Amino acid sequence: METTRADVAIIGAGGAGLRAAIALAQADPKLKIALVSKVYPMRSHTCAAEGGAAGVIKADDSLEHHFDDTVGGGDWLSDQDAVDYFIGEAPKELIQLERWGCPWSREANGSVAVRPFGGMKKQRTWFAADKSGFHILHTLFQTSLQFPSIERFDEFYATELLREDGRVAGFTAIEMRSGQMRRFDARAVIICGGGAGRIFPFTTNGAIKTGDGMALAYRAGVPLKDMEFVQYHPTGLPSTGTLLTEACRGEGGVLVNRHGRRFLQDYGMGPETPLGRPVLKTMELGPRDRVSQAFWQEQQKGNMIPTQWGDAMLLDMRHLGEAKINERLPLVRDMSISYMGVDPVTDPVPVRPVVHYMMGGIHTDLKAATPLPGLFAAGECACVSINGANRLGSNSLTELLVFGRRAALSAMEYLQSGARAASESALATGADAARGRLRELLQRTGGKETVAGLRREMMHTMEANAGIYRTHEGLAEACVKLADLRRRYRAIELHDKTNVYNTDLLQALELGSMLDCAEAVAQCALARKESRGAHQRLDFAARDDRNFLRHSLAVFDPGASPRIEYLDVVITKSQPGVRDYSGGHE
Amino acid sequence: MGERTVEFEVLRYNPEKDAAPHFQRYSVKCREEWVVLDALNHIKESVDPTLSYRWSCHMAVCGSCGMMVNGEPKLACKSFLRDYPGLIRVEPLRHFPVERDLVTVIDDFVAKLARVKPFLIPQPGAAQAGTGEYAQTPAQLKRYKQFTLCINCMLCYAACPEYGLIPEYIGPAVIALGHRWNEDSRDGGRAQRQEELAATNGVWDCSFVGACSEVCPEHVDPAAAIQQVKIKSTIDWYTEHLMPWLNK
Amino acid sequence: MAEQVGRRPHVRPITSEWIFRHPRYLRYMVREFSCLFIGAWTLMLVCALGRLSEGPEAWGRFLEGLKSPWVVAFHVLALAFAAYHSFTWFQLTPKALPVQVGEKFLPDDVIAGAHFGAWAVLSLAILFFAGAF
Repeated sequence: METTRADVAIIGAGGAGLRAAIALAQADPKLKIALVSKVYPMRSHTCAAEGGAAGVIKADDSLEHHFDDTVGGGDWLSDQDAVDYFIGEAPKELIQLERWGCPWSREANGSVAVRPFGGMKKQRTWFAADKSGFHILHTLFQTSLQFPSIERFDEFYATELLREDGRVAGFTAIEMRSGQMRRFDARAVIICGGGAGRIFPFTTNGAIKTGDGMALAYRAGVPLKDMEFVQYHPTGLPSTGTLLTEACRGEGGVLVNRHGRRFLQDYGMGPETPLGRPVLKTMELGPRDRVSQAFWQEQQKGNMIPTQWGDAMLLDMRHLGEAKINERLPLVRDMSISYMGVDPVTDPVPVRPVVHYMMGGIHTDLKAATPLPGLFAAGECACVSINGANRLGSNSLTELLVFGRRAALSAMEYLQSGARAASESALATGADAARGRLRELLQRTGGKETVAGLRREMMHTMEANAGIYRTHEGLAEACVKLADLRRRYRAIELHDKTNVYNTDLLQALELGSMLDCAEAVAQCALARKESRGAHQRLDFAARDDRNFLRHSLAVFDPGASPRIEYLDVVITKSQPGVRDYSGGHE
Repeated sequence: MGERTVEFEVLRYNPEKDAAPHFQRYSVKCREEWVVLDALNHIKESVDPTLSYRWSCHMAVCGSCGMMVNGEPKLACKSFLRDYPGLIRVEPLRHFPVERDLVTVIDDFVAKLARVKPFLIPQPGAAQAGTGEYAQTPAQLKRYKQFTLCINCMLCYAACPEYGLIPEYIGPAVIALGHRWNEDSRDGGRAQRQEELAATNGVWDCSFVGACSEVCPEHVDPAAAIQQVKIKSTIDWYTEHLMPWLNK
Repeated sequence: MAEQVGRRPHVRPITSEWIFRHPRYLRYMVREFSCLFIGAWTLMLVCALGRLSEGPEAWGRFLEGLKSPWVVAFHVLALAFAAYHSFTWFQLTPKALPVQVGEKFLPDDVIAGAHFGAWAVLSLAILFFAGAF
């Protein structure tokens, strides 16, 4: 088997992976860095983030405000020591990106402009029109090209982590173009594999968001944390799930029901604010979980607008005017016209909540380290946790920068602590076994199940039972179904048994990852008998701090459902309180 | 909105099975509002799982799904079936080797991109002064912003006959991205980039067909970037050779 | 996984068929083709200078030759192509010479229009000095 030896190998070359690679290359140019991704870096899903990245920079803002917004927004499930580190590093990282040439939108005096975002008390979201993630990703990718020590392995799909003596030793990956397996030996591995939104049928997430990084760590014994917290973004196009950024509302867009009423005022986010003059942290600038839940409640009351793709509310941006929409929201306008046939300049756009982000992920501490020595994780695939039960919009782009860099520094510290390289025999044995398993999947005959069939059933189960509001019955049904799907997955047979760019094989592997992630979501959700942030139970409508001010940890079991454990939340200065989005009226 | 049956002809090539590429016909029921990518996904899911192609974001920003649709380079996620009344012929992007089905080999583009140093090279002296943000006015931003919008989808390479005829040509997107940094008020690396941009296989391989800008899904206008680099390079040459006293 | 690497990227040959694939390529070829006529006309101008230097008799013969219908047809064609070439060229000037005023770029029409205007003025000036008015 072809083998690549690196000091640090990074799986995933989106925002977090690229940031980690650059940090490593800058810290020590002699380090050998392997940057391995199933897609070319510029295809990574960071590119689809629109609104911006949060970091305190303006004079009227303070780190305390950012801390309070994040912790309260996360319904006190965030680890406060991690949030402290995050908000402190945030402005430094955004300035660093500026110094690498990111085309941030500007004020007239040449300073970086910021915009309002949901759940934020002050304007602190740095943005590049409505393609912020795209510009961050391309700035990082292009910047990374100047470091010869970063060796890229584009379109390599990592299949299994290799371990020896309870430490990480590397991993195996398939080169898509040849179908050949390659062994990556590395004393430290950083996983930046992104989220798993594709376990749901209606999502803003691209096709590649299949939880591969999460599943890699999970199967190697690292728990997945807080997986029940799945963020619905309130404003997706009903036809395709395409995201219309929260900046639509940050710039002054409003949400109305079929009667033209700005219904958020009826769900603890009022009173109504003047049209075109958005007030921070209230009404349309409430947090995503609350806004999506309000949609669901209105839907129950029959106040939504039926469309051929399901019920929708209206996002009205007409009062912003054509000039502002073109300057600040050009992509939003283009997408609305292209995919819905509605021009936001002249008409309100139908939107509905859509699965957007996983608050949960690979269990890491605030140094981005997992419990498995030598393994680190950052970005959406990781759960530090700064996002708690509900992430605030524009914290995730900053998170991937802050913790991408942090993971790199931690990996350096780990190497310097004298971590030994694994033995050749252990690596060879592990890699051969991994190749054997892959070959068995590729060549299996007589299987009764198909990738597309199982995937459809999984998505349907998740949408029906693990959506905005959940019940014991639904979740229990989902758990049974997902366990069954995992069992049936072993009887899958591929139609395509060739080597070169076999996407049938790729999708089968992705489905395996998704099923593991989906089961962790459902099991954690079933066990959390309370409502907090994005996890809302109709049968346990209140938050229960006595029993559930704790992180859920799903521990993998190859033959059975995961074991659920709990870990106390780190609380330093903010005791759990009431989330107030009344604009100071309560 | 209704459904209709659409005929597709998709180029298939599996190097382990086929001596050469061939077209395969699919007749599929499609929803009226679908894009070509939706139809391909439907084919892969329900008709033929062996079909290979790249895609991800479905919102024209990741640049994965570039392909030839009825002979024109297009993003499959932005090619609406309503614009194609008859048979739809889907092929891999022209001018790139075909790895498998609709998947092309793009090593050439990726290597060329690195050659133009598409990153901020600080101006000597000034940049090291502080660690804070650089100031940049909205007007300075506007000057290069358009060229930052390249999603590296490579439709422009598939449209450019010069790239087809001269594979060494560095190509529209790469020049636009090099120019993007040259025009950035924070950058001081133009002289270094000129080694590639102003070379024979840089802008001077371009004969201004203009197709790159016509097919660009993000309205980057690479042809404009190329002509601007040509003019600046020409001025460079004159100042260097005819007005040497202007050099420093 | 099979042991053997099955990669065999297929390189499609480039044929001259591309010219007809889209009207834009044909328009481009016509634009390039127009240079031949402009070039030929320039060659003729060089010949004219040669005749002029040989004396009034040679020059007279040359002027007489210009009256042949073939040469007149050639001139009409060359003029048409030159006009087409200039027209397409001026239309492309906004790309090559963008003018930024504050945060906005001057509209393409303004830049192309300025070129067309300058073209007209220069042409009129030449006609004026040639005594056409």
